[in-house]
Amino acid sequence: MSASQPLSSAQTIALVLLRLFVGWHFLYEGVIKLYTPSWTAKGYLLSATYMESFFHWLGSDSMISLVDTLNVATLILVGAALILGFRTKLASILGIGLLLLYYLAHPPFPGHPQGITEGSYWIINKNLIEAVALVVIYLFPTSMSFGLERLFHKKEIKTQST
Amino acid sequence: MSTDKKLFGGFSRRDWLKSVAGLPILGSVWAAGWDTTEKSKLEKELLLERLNIKASPPPPSGSMEGNPVRIGLIGFGIRGEQLMRALGFATNEWLEAMAISSQEDPNDKRLEDFKAQENLNVKLVGVCDIFDVRAEDALRSFNTPDNPCKRYPTYLDLIHSGDVDSVIIATPDHWHAPMAQAAIEAGVHVYVEKPMTHTVSETYLLRDAVRRNPGAVLAVGHQHRQTLSFLTAQDAISKNTLGHISLVVTNTNRNDDNGAWQYRIHPDASPETIDWNAFLGNAPFVPFNKEHFFRWRKWWAYGSGLSGDLLTHDYDRINCVLNMGIPKYVTASGGVYTHRDGRNVPDVMQVNMDFPEFSSGSSQENGKEKGMSLVYSATLGNQFDRGTVLMGHDASMELGNILTIYADPRSTQYKEMIQDGRIDPAVPIYQYDPSANGVDAVTSATAKYFANKGLLWTYRDGKRVDSTFLHIREWLSCIRNGGNPSCGIDEGFEEAITAHMAGLSYKTGRRMEWDEETEKIITLPEEELDAILLDNSVSYVS
Repeated sequence: MSASQPLSSAQTIALVLLRLFVGWHFLYEGVIKLYTPSWTAKGYLLSATYMESFFHWLGSDSMISLVDTLNVATLILVGAALILGFRTKLASILGIGLLLLYYLAHPPFPGHPQGITEGSYWIINKNLIEAVALVVIYLFPTSMSFGLERLFHKKEIKTQST
Repeated sequence: MSTDKKLFGGFSRRDWLKSVAGLPILGSVWAAGWDTTEKSKLEKELLLERLNIKASPPPPSGSMEGNPVRIGLIGFGIRGEQLMRALGFATNEWLEAMAISSQEDPNDKRLEDFKAQENLNVKLVGVCDIFDVRAEDALRSFNTPDNPCKRYPTYLDLIHSGDVDSVIIATPDHWHAPMAQAAIEAGVHVYVEKPMTHTVSETYLLRDAVRRNPGAVLAVGHQHRQTLSFLTAQDAISKNTLGHISLVVTNTNRNDDNGAWQYRIHPDASPETIDWNAFLGNAPFVPFNKEHFFRWRKWWAYGSGLSGDLLTHDYDRINCVLNMGIPKYVTASGGVYTHRDGRNVPDVMQVNMDFPEFSSGSSQENGKEKGMSLVYSATLGNQFDRGTVLMGHDASMELGNILTIYADPRSTQYKEMIQDGRIDPAVPIYQYDPSANGVDAVTSATAKYFANKGLLWTYRDGKRVDSTFLHIREWLSCIRNGGNPSCGIDEGFEEAITAHMAGLSYKTGRRMEWDEETEKIITLPEEELDAILLDNSVSYVS
């Protein structure tokens, strides 16, 4: 994609910033949860307003500790990958999956109970916007401009030329 | 290494920077998250250490081993049925209804909770109910080869049969004391529903009977004494977390027929199926009346209105935490404002109870603070939950199944911590939710009202437990292993006298006064307190 129409520096910087900020958000959420042992997603899952049986199953006694561990691990891995610029495509897909789960448990559908939110939402909320930001990050990889993948990218060029 | 050097030979410093600049960002975000959680943990620990409130569960009541305790039930109505379930006996109809209900709603854990309940090692050997249908209902479910159970024609036949060690009394209020007294005098243990008595004189008579018969254990059915958050509250108060408590507000808010005692009238009720004279007992004679029989809480002749029925719960909840005893003064007002259906007990009632000598501790100079008011405010025409709040100079405590404490912005004790920004008066300094993240299915508005007050269930080790089960278990443990029930005759005496003072103040429009030395309610010349309390003419204050 980048080959057909190279991005301008400004466009690349903007995309890198987007990637870093989303990664920053994921990582911080994950770290806070990691160091707060009493934290659990149980309340969020059991109070789901959509696809209740699925989310109640995730929040059930037999599942919740696995779900909590996977959630924290995914948040940290996605965050670290996006910040470091390493495997960002895979990280974007995982992040989108996680955000969609958050979104579907409490979607701001018309007529659905909204619970406590810090703003007003109709169908679209910040989880969904962040998921779309990850779609952009997936489609416009920037790790070769800014990120660990630049190392391997350069290495490959160097190896090929020798 | 040399190969590596060659490989990265084309790397400028700029390339390196662009490759690894994410690392310090990652490190910073990680460190910030760690620092934030550590700081809040330290603050929390510091505060908890300072408050030093123990949220550990009480030791369970003693062993249930030995010969089964033989129990007789008097009164198989709404409450009688609930008490039997707490004892381990559910009707077939209830079991079927709960099986269906739990299939429809996976959150409905009532059947599961019942089945998981510990076996209390008792035999239900006798039932006494003056409504044939209910007595037969009980026998149909409880008289099994494992548990032979029979019906006794009167409560005296049951008590003196020699077949029972103990009785559970769940009758209309006007029968509580006569039955409890007869049982205690016969050496039979008693679990009696609240209010303990219906009149002032009965309260003394029953206390005398219990004192004369120390071998018989009497427990009053204030099951919230088992509520874990209340036990934690006791600990918080004893550590002077709240400072001087000057005001306690507690309320009843209900807005449904069931909550206003408009119970269902059974279609098979008739003079043939109900022993009407046995129902009346010491109440004034009226011809057979189904409404009086099923909705007896609406008349002073059989019930005690808001003061005996619901104030007693709230008063005892506070007495259990503060142990403040009988109020020196009681004033009450109210009227029949929401259910003008012929009832003569008020459906809106405010009661002020004053304890001028009470002190829960102080953080200010000696002698500045003393005395407390307890305000009970009730309506049966609105169900806005106002909560129970204990208001101290240093902090306020909201008391329900969840216990929450907020520092007061003008507190002396927490002044420095508030100034340093380490305590935010808008954020609880202590919150205790024994259910952790449990979600409970609540079935009706009245059930929710009771649940919020810690009257339906409490928690042990994070698991939901029926408070009534724990309360009955405690009574059975005292029977088997000795000891005193948490709500025994002395607590019951305080509860009953307070309720009667409220009823008397409502009826006379006068402030009632308790003389602690003589243990008497002060009366005017030629005033007969029981005659006033039982007077059935329609409300005095309107």
